[in-house]
Amino acid sequence: MYSASDLKKGLRIKIDNEPYIVTEFNFVKPGKGQALYRCKLRNMVNGNQFERTFRSVDTFESADLREKRMQFLYVEQDKYCFMDNETYEQVFLSQDQVGDAKNFLIDNIEVEILFFEDKPLGVSLPNFVDLVVTMAEPWAKGDSVTGNTKPVTLQTGYQLLVPTFIEEGEKIRVDTRSGEYLTRVKG
Amino acid sequence: MEETWRLAGKKDTLGTRARMIQAIRRYFTDRGYLEVETPLRIPAPAPEEYIDAVPSGQWYLQTSPELCMKRLLAAGYSRIFQISKCFRDRERGVHHLPEFTMLEWYRKDIDYLALMEECEEMICGAALQVGVGDRIVRRGKTISLKPPWERLTLEAAFAGYAPFTTLRDAVESGRFEGVLVDHIEPCLGRERPTFLYEYPLSLGALARAKPEDPKVAERFELYIGGLELANAFTELADAEEQRQRFERARRARFTAGQAVYPEAEPFLRALPGLGEAAGIALGIDRLAMLLTGAERIDDVVAFSPEEL
Repeated sequence: MYSASDLKKGLRIKIDNEPYIVTEFNFVKPGKGQALYRCKLRNMVNGNQFERTFRSVDTFESADLREKRMQFLYVEQDKYCFMDNETYEQVFLSQDQVGDAKNFLIDNIEVEILFFEDKPLGVSLPNFVDLVVTMAEPWAKGDSVTGNTKPVTLQTGYQLLVPTFIEEGEKIRVDTRSGEYLTRVKG
Repeated sequence: MEETWRLAGKKDTLGTRARMIQAIRRYFTDRGYLEVETPLRIPAPAPEEYIDAVPSGQWYLQTSPELCMKRLLAAGYSRIFQISKCFRDRERGVHHLPEFTMLEWYRKDIDYLALMEECEEMICGAALQVGVGDRIVRRGKTISLKPPWERLTLEAAFAGYAPFTTLRDAVESGRFEGVLVDHIEPCLGRERPTFLYEYPLSLGALARAKPEDPKVAERFELYIGGLELANAFTELADAEEQRQRFERARRARFTAGQAVYPEAEPFLRALPGLGEAAGIALGIDRLAMLLTGAERIDDVVAFSPEEL
């Protein structure tokens, strides 16, 4: 159970049985009057955002969220399928719920699936994922100035800028938080 | 490393703050005010419905030096000021620190209207001394400090800025703070500072009622650029009335499940000696924000609690 004075950015609370995350928070207190806690909240199920002002007497339940390790199996008609390797339980996430993580979901990758009660809400990826370059312009000889980049396409369809020496068919490591190239992976 | 770098970056602001405090001290000592020190750790803070004290052993850290200063006033110290640390539990925001610096001054034989003029003079003097001159810039808008500043009753502020309700309705329905914060405060002190005055008596727990209108408290708040800077009263000197108001606040705190503080008996015993007097509390950190153009209270102190 949280009280209004526990509110801060990033706190996950339950309102009307739905999980919300506090995305913005401001404490105001005029004169000798009562404190007001102004929040922007995002519904973690449907993404709806709204603003609400709470008072110090308000209390909240914490949102019952947990993460479970699962394996990505396949995508079909914008549904992403994940499986628990121990129970073989399968869950589906929509394209919206997967968000930018779709750029790094390669077959059989292990990820953390976020659940609210029994509902899967989203996916969190390992910080680094290795992906195969499926399309790249060949390296033009003479274009060896360090710092130069070129766009390539990865096996998931994701496009990013890499150093010019990266060739089609090579594997590279990408930081999933920034979406940026890190290094070439040998082998 | 990053912390050291951030601290070093505050040098100019902290310099201005220090010069501002020196100018304030000079202002009061030049006018015959005595600088006093009262204990930070006290057994009985004034029971205010929405102000929570931080416990310190069996006692509390002061939320304001008000009660001790009024005892000095009642004992014949007719002009006193103090710059001290105050502590208010769980108050933390862009304009709030749970430990902050307060300037309070009290004077015999004047009422709150005379305090407005002292405010104008003191703040203009401080702005001049730190090199800001007679205008400040807040959020890109220029505010002229040239007196006289705007005087606006709370009733008129509601009529002008919150015509969808009345002061009375807002207070009775518990929406007073919401309307004030959302609709009125942003409009106060925009071109020149504003004294918002004449509060309902229920919102002035230590203030005297206006002799010609006993439902109105002789209380004002000073706003500059939408920022609340100071709170002032003509002091209530009727001990019996004060005891009853404290009792109401204590009961409200009890009902809300908040800590209930012991009665400040020595203060109540001294109160009849107060006579006519007025006093004011002004946030030093917020004045420093205005004079340095800082947006956040964290920018005008060396350390916020999170940086310790």
